[in-house]
Amino acid sequence: MVSVSVENIKKSYNKTRALRGVSFEVSQGELFGIIGADGAGKSTIFRILTTLILPDSGRAAVEGYDVVSEYVKIREIVGYMPGRFSLYQDLSVEENLKFFATLFNTSVNENYDMIKDIYSYLKPFKSRKAGALSGGMKQKLALCCALIHRPKVLFLDEPTTGVDPVSRKDFWAMLKRLKEEGIAILVSTPYMDEAALCDRIALIDGGMFLRTDTPENIVKNFRREIISVSSSDMHSLLKDLRTIDQAQNCYSFGETHHVIFSEGVNYCDLSQIADYLSQRGHNDIEIKRIEPTIEDCYMLLEGGRHLNKYDK
Amino acid sequence: MRQFASFVRKEFCHILRDKRTLLILLVMPVIQIILFGFAISTDIRNIKIAILDSSQDNVTSYLIRQFEANKYFSVEKLVTSQREIDELFRQNKIDMVVVFENNFSRNIVHDGKASVQLIADGSNPNTATMAVNYASSIFMDYQLKIAQNMNGAASVSQFAAESTTSDIGGTTSVAAVTSSGTVTIIPTVKMLYNPQMKAAYNFVPGVMGLILMLICTMMTSIAIVREKEHGTMEVLLVSPVKPLSIIISKTIPYLVISFINLITIILLAVFVLGVPVSGSMSWLLAISTLFIFVSLSMGMLISTLVKTQAAAMLTSGLVMMMPGMLLSGLMFPVENMPWILQFVSIFVPARWYISAVKTIMIEGSGIAFAAKEVYILLAMAAVFITASLKRFKNRLE
Amino acid sequence: MINRDNIVIRTDQLTKSFGDFTAVDHISFSVEKGEIFGFLGANGAGKTTAMRMLCGLSKPTSGEGFVAGYNIRTQARQIRKNIGYMSQKFSLYEDLKVWENIRLFGGIYGLKEDAIREKTEVLLDKLGMTQQRERLVKTLPLGWKQKLAFSVAIFHEPKIVFLDEPTGGVDPTARREFWEMIYDTADKGITVFVTTHYMDEAEYCDRVSIMVDGRIDALDTPRRLKQTFKAESMDSVFTALAETSTRQSE
Repeated sequence: MVSVSVENIKKSYNKTRALRGVSFEVSQGELFGIIGADGAGKSTIFRILTTLILPDSGRAAVEGYDVVSEYVKIREIVGYMPGRFSLYQDLSVEENLKFFATLFNTSVNENYDMIKDIYSYLKPFKSRKAGALSGGMKQKLALCCALIHRPKVLFLDEPTTGVDPVSRKDFWAMLKRLKEEGIAILVSTPYMDEAALCDRIALIDGGMFLRTDTPENIVKNFRREIISVSSSDMHSLLKDLRTIDQAQNCYSFGETHHVIFSEGVNYCDLSQIADYLSQRGHNDIEIKRIEPTIEDCYMLLEGGRHLNKYDK
Repeated sequence: MRQFASFVRKEFCHILRDKRTLLILLVMPVIQIILFGFAISTDIRNIKIAILDSSQDNVTSYLIRQFEANKYFSVEKLVTSQREIDELFRQNKIDMVVVFENNFSRNIVHDGKASVQLIADGSNPNTATMAVNYASSIFMDYQLKIAQNMNGAASVSQFAAESTTSDIGGTTSVAAVTSSGTVTIIPTVKMLYNPQMKAAYNFVPGVMGLILMLICTMMTSIAIVREKEHGTMEVLLVSPVKPLSIIISKTIPYLVISFINLITIILLAVFVLGVPVSGSMSWLLAISTLFIFVSLSMGMLISTLVKTQAAAMLTSGLVMMMPGMLLSGLMFPVENMPWILQFVSIFVPARWYISAVKTIMIEGSGIAFAAKEVYILLAMAAVFITASLKRFKNRLE
Repeated sequence: MINRDNIVIRTDQLTKSFGDFTAVDHISFSVEKGEIFGFLGANGAGKTTAMRMLCGLSKPTSGEGFVAGYNIRTQARQIRKNIGYMSQKFSLYEDLKVWENIRLFGGIYGLKEDAIREKTEVLLDKLGMTQQRERLVKTLPLGWKQKLAFSVAIFHEPKIVFLDEPTGGVDPTARREFWEMIYDTADKGITVFVTTHYMDEAEYCDRVSIMVDGRIDALDTPRRLKQTFKAESMDSVFTALAETSTRQSE
């Protein structure tokens, strides 16, 4: 069953084109990730789907209701967690939760099973003011408040931004469990490593979807030669890698550097590269042929517009 | 309804937890009343006066000595002509002139009454009123002494005041008694520059208008915009609650605070400043409620126009408070303003409210005399509410 | 390894308490000149509090700290002259133009008009933003904003630059460009003290410290930390340490 459908949505603010025609569908019980940097257009999609703003053109529907004409219906069945912390800082954890429950004409007790797992983390602090919670706790509370009315669709706009890696992992584990309740979940994130946790993802840049697919398929369709390289002097290594012919993109990636080769390079000779690098004075060279990550895919698709500027 | 109640409860939480703001809101009217009521208008000393004594008899010279001895007055000059008086006023050398009529003493003896004219500089209404009051009390004292003298010594039937030099026996020696046994000095008061003479407690209606506007307009608009600024409005909009009830629920706590302040001001006025509620209390409250609605709807309108709390504060401050203070008649009488400002003041709700409160509370007139003000305020409420409903959006943009 | 003469940050049992809550609990560490020092920790572990003390913005409850040779307790003014600071939240004035921001911060640090003008050209050229000089900062994409903010933070050539989550929300390409700027800065001898939630960025640091419940529970090169914790990546090291936390919430 299709829960969210979006058809060629466009939206401009003054002269800035925030969305240049975006289409996708999300099914019930699916975890759909929109992956991209700040300013790519993620929040605009969320705001259109939560009926907060109107699209300039195109159509979108949530659970069959049109976002423009039937917005009242949509507001009854969706849960929304905006990009920044949007609870009342001067109310306690419990007061916030109760308030959001009555907002949707329900009570905490009625739907407690929905939030039980998440709320168990918060229970010891239920009388603490929301403003005094740590980042990870705030985010859990916000999720509870978005879930308390048992929504059919959950919109989470950058729920993990600024949250430490451990809290982020907890959060994704919670989303996985929620999905099993049959809720369609749309989540956006700037953290590429979170993409793999989604059923399907859309890579967004400059108001357009670069790809929409399962993370596995996106990696499978990469179709480029990619290697990881490390040596004892990583900084000069990067500069030297960029002098290799046919190396289209070179960038650091954790403890190694990644090199993506130009189209048409099917199978490069690793030992030849190793020789080249040792000629240039590198020691402890390690070169591996690797599987690309979503981040590699994103950077290739996005085109690395200004990547090599420092080599001028 | 349950939603609405929980909204209002939440709103009260916000206000009650912000102790500092709450304290300011509740204490402010008290301070304003005290400032206006005491610091500004009482305890005036050294009122500079001149005296025009056309009679030059022993009663007038006795009274002149009373002025000289009084701690509130300093007699700057004894003048002989009206022209001199005008000159002194123009040079701002005196605050008041006491003019005794011709044959002052004789009039008292023969008719039992005499006239004295008090001409005060009305451009400073507080000082002028005090001066007139103090001067009147000197005349009252004199009358009282004569009366006591009559009761105490009935045998003294008729004599003109003698021995003006003997102050020690003042009560007996200075007396002008008629056959009827009573004496009346009739002061006629003339205010220069401000002939209609504003009442000293003019500021009570003014403070009421100011405080109500401050709380209803400024605080409401800030409270609504705060939700926009903190991003909570986004979450509220994406819920089944009608946006309008969000807004209305935000105004309720301020409505309550406004009433608390209204009562505080009235109580302070009555019991501390001695300004009575001369007219109907229920009409006073009814008109205040109407004004509160006008102010609240103005606050709602502002909240739909701005995006940040700072902008809300500035807009309500500049658009409402400044004209409210300057053009409402609180500080300067509207009728003395240039026509262009008089025209602008037509659109200042506080002007009509203050005027209505004056009519009912101070002058004690019936509601019929404030009908014009009530109709204007009703019209304003209708316009502001319609405009803010029109402007209010169910979405973010 | 550490050359004593080259130390630009040194803390000794540095502690900050708020009431009975110890936000920073006796931390001792040193950072060398030109080093890229990663300062990691979960939300609420005490990073921000520690960083505020090092920048001379708040006084320690006990312990000592020296930054650029100055005592953080008594010489906050001198410290602020010798450091640069940039955070994710505030770094530039959004309603000023690119060049106006540069001029402003140059002026704040007492640079002469001529010097500012000259350096502005170099800086804009290096960033590839010469065309954008007249643009309002708020119209720039986040990645560019952050690169500009970083350049401004080191415009007065401080001894140390503090970066508080400088790359949050920045796209992967711009994030890497940002780190290349960090490398160049460190090569010039400026020490870079950086916090981040991206664990791949932890790998780019010369040394990394990980705070748990106000203490520094690990401090070493990324490589050795991974060996010690027998972990594949810094992410696993971080997770292993952060899970030992007993502090539930700030």
